[in-house]
Parts: sequence; C-alpha cells; structure tokens
Amino acid sequence: NGVKWTQPLGQFINNEYVSSSGTDTIPTINPVTEEEICAPQAATQEDVNKAVKAARAAFHAPSWKRITGTERAVFLNKLADLIEEHKEVLATIETVDTGRPYLQNLHLSISIATALFRYYAGWADKIHGQTMDCGPDKLAYTIKTPVGVVGQIIPWNVNMPSFCAKIAPALACGNTIVLKLAEAAPLVGLYMCQLIKQAGFPPGVINVLNGSGRDIGTAIASHMDIDKISFTGSTATGKEILRLAASNLKSVTLETGGKSPAVIFDDADLDNAVLWTHIGIMTNAGQICYGNSRIFVQEGIYANFLEKFRGQVEKVSVLGDPWEQTTFQGPQVSRVQYERVLEFIQSGKDEGAKVYMGGQPVSLDGKGFFVEPTVFTDVKPHMNIYREEIFGPCVVIVPFHTEKEVLEMANDTIYG
Amino acid sequence: MALTTELKTPITGPFQQPIGLFINNEWVESIDKKTIEVINPTTEEVICSVAEATEKDVDIAVAAARKAFEGEWRTTTPQQRGIYMFKLTELVEKNKELLAAVESLDNGKSISMARGDVGAVIGCLRYYAGWADKIEGKTIDINPETFTYTRHEPIGVCAQIIPWNFPLLMLAWKIAPALATGNTVVLKTAEQTPLSGLVFANLIKEAGFPAGVLNIISGLGRVAGAALSSHMDVDKIAFTGSTPVGRTIMKAAAASNLKKVTLELGGKSPNVVFDDADIEQAISWVNFGIYFNHGQCCCAGSRIYVQEGIYDKFVEAFKKRAQANSVGDPFDENTFQGPQVSQLQYDRIMGYIDEGKKEGAKLETGGGRHGDKGYFIQPTIFSDVTHDMKIMQEEIFGPVCTIAKFSTEEEVIHLGNNSSYGLAAAVHTQDLNTAIRVSNALRAGTVWVNSYNLLSHQMPFGGYKESGIGRELGEAALANYTQNKSVSIRLGGAVF
Repeated sequence: NGVKWTQPLGQFINNEYVSSSGTDTIPTINPVTEEEICAPQAATQEDVNKAVKAARAAFHAPSWKRITGTERAVFLNKLADLIEEHKEVLATIETVDTGRPYLQNLHLSISIATALFRYYAGWADKIHGQTMDCGPDKLAYTIKTPVGVVGQIIPWNVNMPSFCAKIAPALACGNTIVLKLAEAAPLVGLYMCQLIKQAGFPPGVINVLNGSGRDIGTAIASHMDIDKISFTGSTATGKEILRLAASNLKSVTLETGGKSPAVIFDDADLDNAVLWTHIGIMTNAGQICYGNSRIFVQEGIYANFLEKFRGQVEKVSVLGDPWEQTTFQGPQVSRVQYERVLEFIQSGKDEGAKVYMGGQPVSLDGKGFFVEPTVFTDVKPHMNIYREEIFGPCVVIVPFHTEKEVLEMANDTIYG
Repeated sequence: MALTTELKTPITGPFQQPIGLFINNEWVESIDKKTIEVINPTTEEVICSVAEATEKDVDIAVAAARKAFEGEWRTTTPQQRGIYMFKLTELVEKNKELLAAVESLDNGKSISMARGDVGAVIGCLRYYAGWADKIEGKTIDINPETFTYTRHEPIGVCAQIIPWNFPLLMLAWKIAPALATGNTVVLKTAEQTPLSGLVFANLIKEAGFPAGVLNIISGLGRVAGAALSSHMDVDKIAFTGSTPVGRTIMKAAAASNLKKVTLELGGKSPNVVFDDADIEQAISWVNFGIYFNHGQCCCAGSRIYVQEGIYDKFVEAFKKRAQANSVGDPFDENTFQGPQVSQLQYDRIMGYIDEGKKEGAKLETGGGRHGDKGYFIQPTIFSDVTHDMKIMQEEIFGPVCTIAKFSTEEEVIHLGNNSSYGLAAAVHTQDLNTAIRVSNALRAGTVWVNSYNLLSHQMPFGGYKESGIGRELGEAALANYTQNKSVSIRLGGAVF
C-alpha cells in the first residue's frame, strides 16, 4: 500500500536495539507471496541473560521503583497515543507479516491495543491492599507488590493485541519485562519497541527478544532470575512451560488452546446465530484460540442452519489479497500452519466425516498459504477434527436433541 | 450583557475571562440579568462582574442536566466517558498557567500554591478518568434457580456546591467522580471566587462532553445554592463549606425530595507533637498545617498540642518559623501567604484574634493586619490556651493557631477528641506504636503521622461527627455517586 518504514531487526534491550550475540537469523516469510520479507536476528541464551539482567536492574532502579502509579500511567497513556499516531505503519507491518487483511488490522487490532493501554493505565494508581482488624494491639495490612521480572511469550495470531495485553497490566503494576516475540511474525513487535522508548519508559523496563520457542522460550521459562512467566500459545507448549517453570518455582499463567462450542437452540434467532458463529470461527482464517470450532445445532433447525451457514461463508468469506478492501480471509500465517490445517482436513476425510463445503488449499497467482473455509458434517466425537484444535478455517457442525445432551457433548473436551 | 470581559494578570497578560453562566455547552446571561461583583483580595478592588444565577437559571441548568442524563449521557459508554475526561485533563494541562493565574487573582493564594492546585486538579481528573470503565458490580451465587447480579448505577442529576478556598481543586474533586460514574452535574462556584471555574468551563465543550452533562454557574449560596438544595429534580447534592450551611442544605434536602447528601464541612483539627518527635521536622509540618492557604483549610491543624517536655523549646522555635513565613503579593514567586479571601473573612478572623486576647490567651506573635492594603493578616500564634476558650473551640479559618501543653497520651487523645468536629488530626512522634495507637484513637477522618495537609487523589478524605458525611477522593468517592441495583433473574420453573 505504499507505506515505507525502517524495520528494526535486532533485539531490544535497555531501550536500545542491539545485535544478538549469535549470528543466526530467522527469516520471516510473507504468507501471501511466500517470499522472505527480511531476516530478523535470532536471540541466544546469552541475549536472554542480558535482557534479564537489564530487567532486574531496571526493577530496582529508582526511575521505576520509586515512581508512583500515577506516573506509570502517564507512560502507558503516552504509548497508547503513539500507537494511534503510528497506526497505519503498524497495521501495514501486521498485514505484510501475517497476511491478515489490512482493514482488520487497522480498525480492530489498533483500537484493541490502545484501549488496553488506556484501561490498564487507569489501574496503575488503584492497586489496593487491605487492612484487617486484628484487634487493638496489632496493625495488619497487605500491600500488592509487583512480582518482579516477568517473562512473557506471545503468539503470532493476534500480534498487537497479545503484545499489549501482556505488557500493559504488568507495567501498570510496576513489573519489568522480558518478552519473546513469535518468530513466525515478529516484525510489528520489533517496530513497537521504539515507541516504548519514545513513551518514556526507563531503560530495561521492557526488553524484547526475537527467537525460537525451543531455544529462547525454554531459556525464559527455566531462567532462575525470572519471577513469573506468562505464555500464550498451544496447550502442548504450555505444558512444557509449566514443567520448566519448576526450576525456581516461578509463577505461571497460561493462555492456551481451545475447541470452543457454540450451541444453537431451535428458538435462536437463526440469522443472528449464523452471523456470529461464522465470525466466531472464520475470523483471522480460524487462527483464534477462542474460535467456535464446534457448532452444535438443535435438530429442529439443523438443516436450515447448514444452508444458511453455507450462504454466509460464500457471501462473507472472501479469500484474497489482504490489501484488498473486499478480502475477509487471508492466508494461514506460515507454511507449517498451512500444512497442519491441510493434514487435519485430510484426517477428517480419512476418518469418514463429510466435507460439507471447502476442504481445498487455494493460491493467489500460484502462491500463498490459503485454505478454503471448510465445514465438516457427520462428525463423530472420536474424530481428530472434533477433539483437537485445528487453528484454521475449519468447523465441525453437529446436531443435538436436548439441552442435557448438548451440555455433555460441549463439555466433552480437555479444553474450556 | 457581554459574555466575556478582558482581564489581565501579571504573569499571563490580557485574556478573555468568561462571565456568563455555562449551561448546555453554551454561555448565557442570567435570565434576570443579575450580576455579582468579584473582588481582588490583594488590592480590595473590583476585578469584574459575572452573571449571577437565580432560581430560574437553576431550573434551566437542572433541566439541561436531566435531559443529558436521560439522553446522550446514558448511552455513552463508560470507556468514552473516560476519554472525554482525559481530553478535559489535556486541556487543563494546556491552560495551566492561565488557570493558576486566575486562581491567584481571584482567591489571593500565592502563584506557586495555585500552580500546585492546578497540578492536583490534573491528577484528580486523570485518576477518576481511569475509574470510568471500572465501575463493577458483582454476581452473587444464591441458589441454582436464580441468577443474581448488582449494578452500580449513576444517581442522576447531581448538584455540587463548592467553596472559595480551593476553587479549582474543589471543582475537580466534585466533578471527577460524578462524571466518571455516569452522572450529570450542575455545579455552583463560590460567590467570592467564580473566575477560575468559568475559565475551566470553556474547556468542557472542546473536550467533547455532550451538552448538559456538565453545567457551571456562579451564584449566591442563599439564592442559587438554596434553589439547588431544595430542587425537586436534583437527585443528589454535594456540598463543601461551613457546618452551619451544611446543616441548612441537609434540612432542605430532607424537606424537598430526600435527595442524597454528602457534606464536607468544618474542622478544628488537633496537631499533636510528642516529646520524641523530630522537632525540626515537626515544626515545619505544624507551620504548614496551619498557615498553608492562609489558614483557609477545612482540615487545618489549628489546635496544636505539645507535650510538656519540649513545650517551651517548641513554642520558641515555632514562633520564629511563623515569623519567617513570607506574606505578600500572591504573584511574587517567593510568597507563601497571600491575603484572606474577603473583607468578611478578614473581619471574622480579626474578631477571633480580639476574643483570644480578651480571654487571656498569650499572643506569641502576629495578631494584627499585615500591611495597609489587601486582606492580609499576620501569622498569629496564641499559647497558654485553655480548652474552653472560643479560639480553641471554634473554627477561625485564618492564619491563627492555638497551642496548649499536654502531659500524657491519654490526656491528649481526650483533648483532641473533645470537639464537635472530626475532620483531621496529626501525630508527630518517632515511636511506631505511639503513632499507630494515637492515630487509631483520634476520631478524625484523616490522621497524618509526621506530616500535615498531604492529600492525594488516591486517599479518601472526609469528616467524622459534624465535619461531614461521606468521603471524597480515592475509590471511596465513587460510592457518593452510584447507587446499587440488585437484579434477580429467576431461571427455574413455576413456583405458584
């Protein structure tokens, strides 16, 4: 779209972009053209140690430790302002790196990002402890202190919102951060770092690394001088993070996978249900952790629903170039994800489900990791496509009779 | 009548001062074309006149606030309310020198104190802007057949009457929690100091607030103030000022429509210095505690109790400290104490000084007029004051303090609490247990330990006993402007 920018490729430590201590790079691929966009540097264990050291020093420095919540809020609000100012560039970078349609990035991701910063800025001077009446001879009170140096690992699917949802509350409460970007789509995070500096955050408060989950994610999760880890990603990786966190018993919060049910009763407003369940699974090419990838429809309206759902997909799920205003669905973010989704689709066919619509890969001028919006019916609960998170534009639609039955079916999952 | 007039201050040069009533995002004259003269307390000269709201104007303002409350403000999201408030804060920041200058011109406080007030205004507005989208009720688990939740809804049209001692700051304390929680406001400034509120009002429309959400009027307490207190379409009244007027307002609220009432009234706060206090520090705080804002603070530490072991030493040192306070032109950057706000206040305070002399208290320093123009009073200290003296019992609201000796902790707690007021207090000591025990025992809404007059938008403030009802600032203020609705949704089948 003609937007030009300078893309940082290094690690962000102590408010400076610095070269990684190693020489590896992790090229990031444009999922529409399949071409390399650029090759950001890969962080190493040494970089993690440097970042943690910077974060630890910043945590104790008077410029962060001795300022008030009200002052922290000023930085957070300033960052929100800067994101507003830079929104076209940020949305552009997101589009190039993830293939998500430009207008969705511009209108949704940016407003979520700024709202998150402003919301948590408001909390910064409202972190209350308690006093408890233990009788006249004792003064007992609690204060809520920051955790310390927090490690944060974000996914590639909702880049800006993830980045902001992680750092905003941590900063509001006075922590310092070492954040690992998703190597499949690190560009917008790397760009954001200069805004962090501009917003006035002291050096070392927020440090950002780009590296592989296997190396850098592991290093962060097991680091002996990180006090807490927050991870968003797959359940399998989440389990690994939890295991590694036992190194120093760091606190753990995880936001992992889902196989969320949407339940449509006979008396539902059918058109409204179709509208929302379509958005619920097909947005972002199905790459949302809370996507309603299982839709349960009461038998009385089942046939009708299917037809209307097909119509909605055909009307709304326009696959195409993310720069086009009419595009609803871009490609999957990477070849790995693309192949994974196709494997699931194949397993659905192999296990005997019916492909009600879709099921095929698609390309734009012979390129691109596009997958058709896909609907499976005649699905049985033992099938992979029913049990496992596909993370693509694939939904299973299943009929039910009674409320009791559907609750059992909906709850029959390791996810929630 | 024109709606602005040109004024100037020593630090801003000429500017357009609004002089109308700000109702429905518009500047209007008063219906009966009445005006109030505004006096400069430093020169005793008239600055200008502003429109005076009567009952008729109050009706119009209330109607505008009602329309906004039932209409556009009701459908404005909490997040958007916060955004308007942040925008207003930005505008205050942009205009901070002007606001501070007008404050000094109209109220007489030093320009450095006025700047401090404007800084606190910004902090307060930002703080409550941050609360706007965090007004949360609860869900309550009662039984499986019922889904129960509570909502904290705005009260409605809120009348707010503010005093002249901290015009802008009191305005911010009032409007911020009210707007954040979704109410609409009709605010009456003090007739002695209407100017800064009117400059502030000019920022409201630009900040984006829908018309009628925030209305600012100048008027007399006994006319516009009375009209607001007894108005049948005002849902809540908040007042800061003297206890006798607070009483009148509460009666009017009861007699009319039982509107909700919060009051922040007078005080005669005890400032207690123990033998083991850091004396040098204590003297600074005791000095600040009474002479800050020329003694025109509801929470002023006007009764000073010093333990006998250090009494003489303390009085000598404090006397010197008080004499060193620089009294003079508010626009001089070095001034600490400016004039009292009006002739009336001046006369009242001088009256108390005479009483003190008559009753036999020892005048350590001050006791007279400072200079020969403007309502300036010398920092005054009476010692050897007994508890029954008028100057020990009644709120003077000027740069006059009383000092008495005490021997034991028990005695001073008793003395401190022996008052119909209960707004604030302070304890100066280096013993942790003394600090906690005595602060627990003093019946006051705010107790400072080893400081005085340090307020924060984060910390609740308000009075025990006849010093008021309710708390402002902090999360506590939200309760003044919300009401709880419990909603009980029956999920189960037929019972009857």
